[in-house]
Amino acid sequence: MALAAGRAGIVLALLLALEAAVRWGAVSRNAVAPPSDMVAALLRLAGSGLLWRLAAPTFAAVAAAIALAVVGGLVFGLLLAASPRLRRAIEPLLLSYYAVPIFVFYPLLIVVLGLGPLPLVAIGAAFGVISVALSLLQGLDRLPTPILKSARLEGLGPWATAWHIRLPFAAPFVLHGAKLAVAAAFIGVIGGEFILAPNGLGRAIANAYNDFDNPLLYGLLLFVISVVTAVNLGLHAFERRLREQRGLA
Amino acid sequence: MEAHLRLEGVAKVFAASGRSAPVPALGPLDLEVRRGEFLSIVGPSGCGKSTLLDIAAGLLAPSAGRVSFEGREVRGATPPGLGVVFQQDASYPWLTVSENIGFGLRRRGLPAQAVADRVEEAIRLMGLSAFARAYPAQLSGGMRQRVCIARTLVTEPRLVLLDEPFAALDAQTRLLMGDELLKLWRRAGATIVLITHSLEEAALLSDRVLLMSARPGRIIETLATGWPSERSSDLLTDPRFAALTQRLWTALAPEARRALGLGSEAA
Ligand SMILES: Nc1ncnc2c1ncn2[C@@H]1O[C@H](COP(=O)(O)OP(=O)(O)O)[C@@H](O)[C@H]1O
Ligand SMILES: [Mg+2]
Repeated sequence: MALAAGRAGIVLALLLALEAAVRWGAVSRNAVAPPSDMVAALLRLAGSGLLWRLAAPTFAAVAAAIALAVVGGLVFGLLLAASPRLRRAIEPLLLSYYAVPIFVFYPLLIVVLGLGPLPLVAIGAAFGVISVALSLLQGLDRLPTPILKSARLEGLGPWATAWHIRLPFAAPFVLHGAKLAVAAAFIGVIGGEFILAPNGLGRAIANAYNDFDNPLLYGLLLFVISVVTAVNLGLHAFERRLREQRGLA
Repeated sequence: MEAHLRLEGVAKVFAASGRSAPVPALGPLDLEVRRGEFLSIVGPSGCGKSTLLDIAAGLLAPSAGRVSFEGREVRGATPPGLGVVFQQDASYPWLTVSENIGFGLRRRGLPAQAVADRVEEAIRLMGLSAFARAYPAQLSGGMRQRVCIARTLVTEPRLVLLDEPFAALDAQTRLLMGDELLKLWRRAGATIVLITHSLEEAALLSDRVLLMSARPGRIIETLATGWPSERSSDLLTDPRFAALTQRLWTALAPEARRALGLGSEAA
């Protein structure tokens, strides 16, 4: 609790310092808006209903990317766990997944999937599929043999064992991978919109930047950062509870 | 009378892996468990007791021989009516104590109320009432083992195989759990096969005790205890208990020495 308060205090202090620096002219107003203006701009955006119109397609794509990453990653991970030879062959490749600049594939995805939500969902899910699959494997590697034997005693087949035993056992590990997948989905979708998309938050941020519309630009940035932070804190709390329950904390 | 569980010529050799040679772990041995009896199997550590249990439960294919339960061959799957408690902790860490114990009952499609009633009773019998909503990570090793025992017994198997179930318990709890097991055995009329390394436990609880040789384990002796079925840890002070334990040790000591690589000269 004290730690969380300390963390919030540091963020608040940085914001106040920025506010002071801009208001006293240490930093040019043309470069950065003071935080109070950002908040005011954000409130205006929300009040006019514009915010929701800009954010809806983005959030829809992010949600779809997360769902695809989690479901795809779980299926992929289970397949790799079931086939040690396949796993030995491709796990080394997967382990360097975070080093791949996935945005280089974005133009290709637009060519294949057309300009619309699909390439955004794909680029938003690409990283997450692998992080979820790898974290699932990591959890499954720790599954004790007696638990698997118990499942066989109960007469559970491969699918029932996956659903009732393997996935619940690996859940805290998967959650760690899923957290990365959520962050990657926001980065992928908004970044993709920024490069090329008909609408969405990333597109709006790029337009505001081109139009020198600082209040809009910073209002949107503040919004994106707040949403991502809130989602991550929620996931983090959930992960911690799960790990405590399991004595993994 | 037909045997409840029968092993004929059962042997297990674990295949060579990498540079290590094949491991002859068990047998060949014959074994007959009578319906309704309390049978203990005692042997030095590493002699193949857990391997024997896996084979009997259909979890591991023997290299030779066959297993039958209630007259039907056991092959590749555990037959219904056969329950197992493993040597190592097999509790499900994502479920509470009562969810763990109810797992098998729910899968059998019992109505929720019936599951809850039976789980509650099992929890009470195992002395876990204060921990019904706790997760295994919050329990001691001995308590987790009691969860596993309850999870198996609550499904009312006709034959229960227990692999050193009390190893993680302190001496007093061990005696109490032994008494509880005897009570359950009398009440349920199930057949019990208890694997243990404790001569005292075997002498106290069983109708018959089988002694196994060092690896690859074979049956070297079978002893009937002659206890009445109404028995308990009160027998500890009975002179017959001391004599029985003595006899078991006399038969087992050379094997225990062999398992440790100590040679066979008298100590
Ligand atoms: N999967 C396995 N592969 C190779 N050797 C094994 C395997 N499982 C058990 N063993 C060996 O078989 C022998 C018997 O093991 P086990 O049945 O666990 O003995 P016990 O339960 O009597 O202590 C031991 O020497 C053990 O190392
Ligand atoms: Mg063993």
